[in-house]
Amino acid sequence: MEPLTNRSKKLAKKEMTFAEKAYLPAIAQGLGITLKHFFKKKSTIQYPEETRQRSDVWRGLHVLKRDEEGRERCTACGLCAVACPAEAITMVAGERKVGEEHLYREEKYAVTYEVNMLRCIFCGMCEEACPKAAIFLQDDKIAPARYERDEFIYGKDRLVEPLKTTETK
Amino acid sequence: MAKITFDGIEVEVEDGTTILQAARKIGGKVVPPAMCFYTPLKGSGGKCRVCLVKVSQGSAKDPRPMPKLVASCITPVQDGMVVENTTNEDVLNARKSIVEMLLINHPLDCPICDQAGECNLQDLSYEHGVSAQRFEEERRTFNKVDLGPYIQLHMTRCILCYRCVYTADQITDKRVHGVLGRGDAAEIGTYIENVIDNDFSGNVIDVCPVGALTDKTWRFKNRVWFTKPLDAHRDCPTCSGKVTLWNRGDQVLRVTARKDEYSEVEEFICNTCRFDKKEMSDWTIEGPRKIERASVISANHYELPVVNVPIIPNLPKSAKKDLPNAPEQWNP
Repeated sequence: MEPLTNRSKKLAKKEMTFAEKAYLPAIAQGLGITLKHFFKKKSTIQYPEETRQRSDVWRGLHVLKRDEEGRERCTACGLCAVACPAEAITMVAGERKVGEEHLYREEKYAVTYEVNMLRCIFCGMCEEACPKAAIFLQDDKIAPARYERDEFIYGKDRLVEPLKTTETK
Repeated sequence: MAKITFDGIEVEVEDGTTILQAARKIGGKVVPPAMCFYTPLKGSGGKCRVCLVKVSQGSAKDPRPMPKLVASCITPVQDGMVVENTTNEDVLNARKSIVEMLLINHPLDCPICDQAGECNLQDLSYEHGVSAQRFEEERRTFNKVDLGPYIQLHMTRCILCYRCVYTADQITDKRVHGVLGRGDAAEIGTYIENVIDNDFSGNVIDVCPVGALTDKTWRFKNRVWFTKPLDAHRDCPTCSGKVTLWNRGDQVLRVTARKDEYSEVEEFICNTCRFDKKEMSDWTIEGPRKIERASVISANHYELPVVNVPIIPNLPKSAKKDLPNAPEQWNP
């Protein structure tokens, strides 16, 4: 067939030398390369036993912070959800009742707060939008692989920071 | 007829029109903001001072400038008047100070407040204010008061614009609603917490420029930018029945009166329409409400770009029909 351009390389089939025809030197050379890699530093790690060091600004799993008195900071203002480019965040707001002041910081709080980790692209826009410094992306946790899609919808049970009690170390 | 020059733009208006109304006739960016003035309410205006403008020439007969900045919402025009708003440094500085004054006692809890996203004070401070606060003292606080079963008053957020008082005076028959106290202690009262049981009492929610008077059926249900505004109407024996529905999916979360670009109510609606008719079957839907593109309410609404209908060829018919105020050629 007529070539479309004249840029294709012209190949000449060369006759092999005796050393090439014997194969054994080439095999020895190949084994040598393999042997050399036994003593080199490994490029893989034994995850999850070992983890690589992450950057300080690495964005991992979300957390809903509590304030100094252990009250939830989130007030369900919806700014994270409107800032989210992947529309991964949904929430339902509720009014704080009398006697719940030790649980929630503001008079409105998130009754449910869900992040769909399959949708989330970990861009950190929610963190940036939050006026109450409630949502953060942690630098040491990731959303692990799971078998069911439902398990990727993280509710408040998995997002809210656990209470710091005096018993825990 | 009087001819005035507003920010270098000439406009001819009826005698007796206020400067603000003349500016609104021009429209766009030159219109001074207004927090207390409300066209449908007689006697409103002159309280918040955010609409201050500089009159650099009083009239054609007497061209001396007015000595101080004047409130444009209550100052009538005179023939040959020259007014400066956005072109005058003094006006912009004064407005900045007024925003700071209004925010002295107004809590900065927009993340909690239901009005956020459609709040006049929020827009005003965003456009004209400074982001820092110099006020260090405690803000005044009040307990929340229930005005009847549907309306909640949170005086902490009130900026004392008196719009609700004028609404109570003019829309409802008997006034149960006024301002008590003076200065810092002034508060909207209902005289020994009388229940407002007038048919049109719900309109005080719509006229409130901030989140001081809120709808209890809507309170904390959702954020305004997650809802979808729809124009709808129904046959109502007491009012015009022309409303805006704020939907989430097929669920009517809130009913309000239709508001124009200056968030002034076009027609007041009755309490039955506002609080009791929360089913889609109660309403005849006219179409989506047009929301300014810059507004947060239009965020995340992925409708077809109907604004540009004429420049997009082969738009499906569904995108073209039932557009409010659509020119003839858009609806072939």
